Amino acid sequence: MLRFRMPSAACELPFLSLVPLALAADTSAPIRMKKAAIMKRLLSTFALAGAMGLCAFGAQAATKLEQVKSKGFVQCGVSQGLPGFSNPNDKGEWSGLDVEFCRAVAAAIFGDPTKVKFTPLSAKDRFTALQSGDIDVLSRNTTWTITRDTSLGLNFTGVTYYDGQGFMIRKDKKVNSALELSGASVCTQTGTTTEQNLADFFRANNMTYEVIAFATNDEVVKAYDAGRCDVLTTDRSGLAGERLKLTNPDDHIVLPEIISKEPLGPVVAHGDDQWFDIVKWVLNAQLIAEELGVTSQNVDEQVKSATNPEIKRLVGTEGKYGEGLGLGNDWGYLIIKNVGNYGEMYDRTVGPDTPLKLSRGLNALWNKGGIQYGMPIR
Amino acid sequence: MTDLAGPVGGRAKTSFINDPKVRSIGLQLIALVVVVFLGWSFAENARDNLAAQKIATGFGFLDNTSGFGINQTLIPYSETSTYGRAFFVGLLNTILVAVVGIILATIIGFLVGIGRLSKNFVVRTISTVYVEVLRNLPPLFQILFWYLAVLSAMPSPRQSISLFGEVFISNRGIILPRPLFGEGAGIVVWAIGLAVLLVILFRHWSASRQEETGRRLPVLWINLGLLIGLPLVAMIVTGFPISFETPELKGFNFVGGVQVIPEFVALTVALATYTAAFIAENVRSGIQSVSHGQSEAAHSLGLRNGQTLRLVIIPQAMRVIIPPLTSQYLNLTKNSSLAVGIGYPDLVAVFAGTALNQTGQAIEIIAITMGVYLLLSIITATIMNAYNRRVALVER
Repeated sequence: MLRFRMPSAACELPFLSLVPLALAADTSAPIRMKKAAIMKRLLSTFALAGAMGLCAFGAQAATKLEQVKSKGFVQCGVSQGLPGFSNPNDKGEWSGLDVEFCRAVAAAIFGDPTKVKFTPLSAKDRFTALQSGDIDVLSRNTTWTITRDTSLGLNFTGVTYYDGQGFMIRKDKKVNSALELSGASVCTQTGTTTEQNLADFFRANNMTYEVIAFATNDEVVKAYDAGRCDVLTTDRSGLAGERLKLTNPDDHIVLPEIISKEPLGPVVAHGDDQWFDIVKWVLNAQLIAEELGVTSQNVDEQVKSATNPEIKRLVGTEGKYGEGLGLGNDWGYLIIKNVGNYGEMYDRTVGPDTPLKLSRGLNALWNKGGIQYGMPIR
Repeated sequence: MTDLAGPVGGRAKTSFINDPKVRSIGLQLIALVVVVFLGWSFAENARDNLAAQKIATGFGFLDNTSGFGINQTLIPYSETSTYGRAFFVGLLNTILVAVVGIILATIIGFLVGIGRLSKNFVVRTISTVYVEVLRNLPPLFQILFWYLAVLSAMPSPRQSISLFGEVFISNRGIILPRPLFGEGAGIVVWAIGLAVLLVILFRHWSASRQEETGRRLPVLWINLGLLIGLPLVAMIVTGFPISFETPELKGFNFVGGVQVIPEFVALTVALATYTAAFIAENVRSGIQSVSHGQSEAAHSLGLRNGQTLRLVIIPQAMRVIIPPLTSQYLNLTKNSSLAVGIGYPDLVAVFAGTALNQTGQAIEIIAITMGVYLLLSIITATIMNAYNRRVALVER
């Protein structure tokens, strides 16, 4: 019997669109997401099944970078609204640390930070959207774990925010430590590492708990506000953001315990190492820029007059480091000029002067007491 | 070739290819081959491509430890149980909502449906308003209403509403006393089972006796006596072995007792009242399909209104009611997946939600989940079709 394999060109054949499951047979044309979450989830899965079923993998003519360049924008998966990370601001524009990172990727490729389209995703839909090719980058406060990195067909490109899971509780419950939480009802979002950390923490400390898991952040906050649960748990940066959505933010405190490691970072799909490299080095460039003191304000001057070879390599006046990435040699300059270095990005979105008031902590540079460390450009 | 090809008779000798029978079978065969081929190549390619992208496949993940908690489990489950067990926990939670919802929806639906035809203005108006309001609002909205609006009006556990000091209602749900079975409790359980069996037998016997002699026995009272009396006697004989553990407020929540979580209450009530509006219309149309002559005939035989409805109208109306009623049962079961909106741990939330996200095996999990809903629907439909055959008009 003949072993049948769809030729790669079949992915582009129009007749296949007649097959309902082939909704996303053409991986270069992302499905327009429907509003209803359930529908979206099913579509995503069908798209995944369709893409996997009908397109011979790896035989695609275009690389991710070529696809992105030809459609003219980066499709970036973000959250459905987490203040400080990805949230529409009062002008209706997406803002936050995760959003700015997507803009930095767009700036490196197009020299224009506005060439990004955002897809809001719930925690449980995010990986399917990336696997099916609906989005090019997932930048959605996503924890880097071994399961996700090795069995989902994904690659983590770095860490944009080192976080840890914490608990928020009403002040009038008079609890000062997470170890006093035995018997509590806990609200959390489904499809996150949070659920498993929570189970581990209570089991390790021999405490009982009741978990109520909701599909979206907003539902978690509403249920916590309505008193359905005593405690709200998520990453501490998330707690700082969610607290702002409560009726009386000052009635709640974040407990001191950090019960897990949550390195949050951007993710890309397996199968295109060049694209993986680009997303990885955008973050490294931003970290190095901060270390070298290159900011969006002074970068033009640095291009003209910098003598430090490290800075010259970063802004592209020495060497041809963009070539390996398939980008122009001024890729570093474009990122810094249009978005800024890591520190600028942090201060604008989650830093001490924002409503979230998060100090740098672990996210300070390695030479300033933190663990953020940019790999050398050389 | 001409003489051997066709059978003898008046049939025109046409070409083999123009034979309508050969044609239809041939075309169907071709269609079948194409469908099977497409399906097979689809699965084949999917497998290869998933492997190429190093996305885990297969059903082995069902044996892995889940590592997450679920707040309503009908079977023993903990964080150390497997994803397979989490699947059954979710499935049972879905079935629980479906069964309780179907029973409630049927009762409310029949009452409202009959109320729509009542001669009493108030009853008729209330029933009409009920149907028109509930069936015209989206079910997800109704679920959210029952959850968020009603939940936020409930007091915290410390200020919970207490019924007789045994049942507590708060924003953590309804806490009921848990029955504790002491020594000899088995006898009481057997007595209850025996009473139920006797009730069924007695009903059959009295019905056949009525057919023969025309005399009616006070079935209701004798059955009630059996149901209450037998277990009571057993309790007295064994010295009251069943006691109740009263829930107690300790720390954040009640300890002991059985907790009915608010998500379950909100989902079941919302789905039952929503579906009941449609069932009410089915019931009304069923009753109105029975010709007026039937109730006139029943009245002229001396049957009272209630008897006419129960013995003459409803049995005939059932023929019209059952088929659309089946659809409503299926709708309710499928709508139970809206549970994700309020965090009720049903199959979609637990398995196609948390488990999917943690294992990332979207294709397998969505396939299993769709298969389960299909199976549940087919089972419901099969039962209802069997019932439909029983009540259908037997034509001779």
